[in-house]
Amino acid sequence: MSAVSFLAIDPLLEGDFLWTPLLIVLVKVLVVFVVGLVATMLMVWFERKAIAGMQNRVGPNKAGPFGLLQTLADGIKLFFKEDLLPERADKFVFRLAPYLSFVPAFLAFAIIPLGGDFRDGNGGLVTWFGQTTRVQLADPPVGVLFALAISSIAVYGIMLAGWSSGSKYPLLGSVRASAQMVSYEASLGLSLAAVILVCGTLSTSGIVNAQSSLGSWNLVATGVVPFLIFLVSATAELNRPPFDLVEAEQELVGGFNTEYSSIRFALFFLAEFMNTITMSALIVTLFFGGPQPITIGGTSLDIPLVPNGLEGTVWLLLKVLVFLYIYVWFRGTLPRFRYDQLMDLGWKFLIPASLGWFMLLAGQRLADDREWDQWIVMPLSLAVITLAFAMMQLAFRASDRNREAEGVQF
Amino acid sequence: MSPFLRSYLTVVWFGLAAFLLGGLLLWLASLLRPVKPNPEKVLAYESGVNPVGEGWSQSQIRYYVFALLFVVFDVEAVFLFPWATQLERYGSFGLIEMGVFVAVLLLGLVYAWRKGVLRWV
Repeated sequence: MSAVSFLAIDPLLEGDFLWTPLLIVLVKVLVVFVVGLVATMLMVWFERKAIAGMQNRVGPNKAGPFGLLQTLADGIKLFFKEDLLPERADKFVFRLAPYLSFVPAFLAFAIIPLGGDFRDGNGGLVTWFGQTTRVQLADPPVGVLFALAISSIAVYGIMLAGWSSGSKYPLLGSVRASAQMVSYEASLGLSLAAVILVCGTLSTSGIVNAQSSLGSWNLVATGVVPFLIFLVSATAELNRPPFDLVEAEQELVGGFNTEYSSIRFALFFLAEFMNTITMSALIVTLFFGGPQPITIGGTSLDIPLVPNGLEGTVWLLLKVLVFLYIYVWFRGTLPRFRYDQLMDLGWKFLIPASLGWFMLLAGQRLADDREWDQWIVMPLSLAVITLAFAMMQLAFRASDRNREAEGVQF
Repeated sequence: MSPFLRSYLTVVWFGLAAFLLGGLLLWLASLLRPVKPNPEKVLAYESGVNPVGEGWSQSQIRYYVFALLFVVFDVEAVFLFPWATQLERYGSFGLIEMGVFVAVLLLGLVYAWRKGVLRWV
């Protein structure tokens, strides 16, 4: 055992060393990796095709059936492009930054339950070749925190890429990016707290397990507001339109990756789309039951012709597709925010709103647990929040008056 | 090795695989691509004109203040998460305590707001 303990990359491998579990783990890593890459490729195609449809264009249609191989063709082209290292660049950091962007994009995928049998109290465990396992690369007890941590690390890739280029536009793009991502990270985490409150666990498989029917999906259980906040924050965190100020072409050329070319640029590009997929999967996991089938009143919908072990994966895929489409839809329809509007939305609306909703939810849950009268608790907590809001408005008015009296301009 | 750390080892291997893939792609490209740098090509890009001044220009202090404010709310999340999982255990004491904590932090945000820190001119 000790000789192979470094191979023990999964809880499955505890105890006697067997080839089957090791193989299962290796196959899991490989499959998730390949699926991630192929999904990213298809996502790029899907986005271009859907946007084209919205703009009355045809979109990619030459490479392969329906232009499916367009991304591959673009990738191959990038292999043959010269890789320029700007003379003013910080050489080491310039080379390091693409990795810092690319690796976290993959890592976040590790904690998402990608399938499994969640009905009849199976808890997502499936049996493959006589071994019980989860269809999930890793199931750490703090999976959600891991996802948040990884999304913070992704900031470094963008920040350092812009800084190390030694050029003005990338620097501006990356400074904007870090301030934006950091701001929305706060509301992302705070809206997530509502989910944790309802589920009582930080592990992603635990969160999925708690959402066994349509009514107990966290979307409903947390009362929609945290989901909306999470969706907006996630879009900003991904630097996707309408929050793509990082690469606002009209102002910043290409943003943080202006100086990058060839495969180094491709790594950023892949990471961006990979992150979109991961974030959609995370939203589905947190609010829409992940691989859980849609269950109404005790009967769950069954997809015909799909074996039970794979059905979770199919459900996840369908739900993720909806969100991928929503992201493309955002891009197709919404004009870009101005930077001050973006920051105002994050700090003056989303953060106070998510905190307020969180406290409201906490009060309601506690009242439920202690069997207090909901008819007293809810109006009372609403009254407290209204009072706080009114006091804030009063304070603002008072400070406005003071400033005017002092003659301060803003 | 404890089972706790072991559940992260898969993640490490996965990250390593991603790192290697990135390296592999760059190595493959270095075999295929042309390398013909000249002084014009490696200039910093400024929409076609010659770059003016230093690349590392000064940027507004406001970005930095946002980073400071973020720390407040990120640390808050660190305290919120464990309490959120154990809500029932701490009962009304926990709820009031957390309410006071959140209120104090929100006061901080309101203060920054009125100080004009959240303002972009």
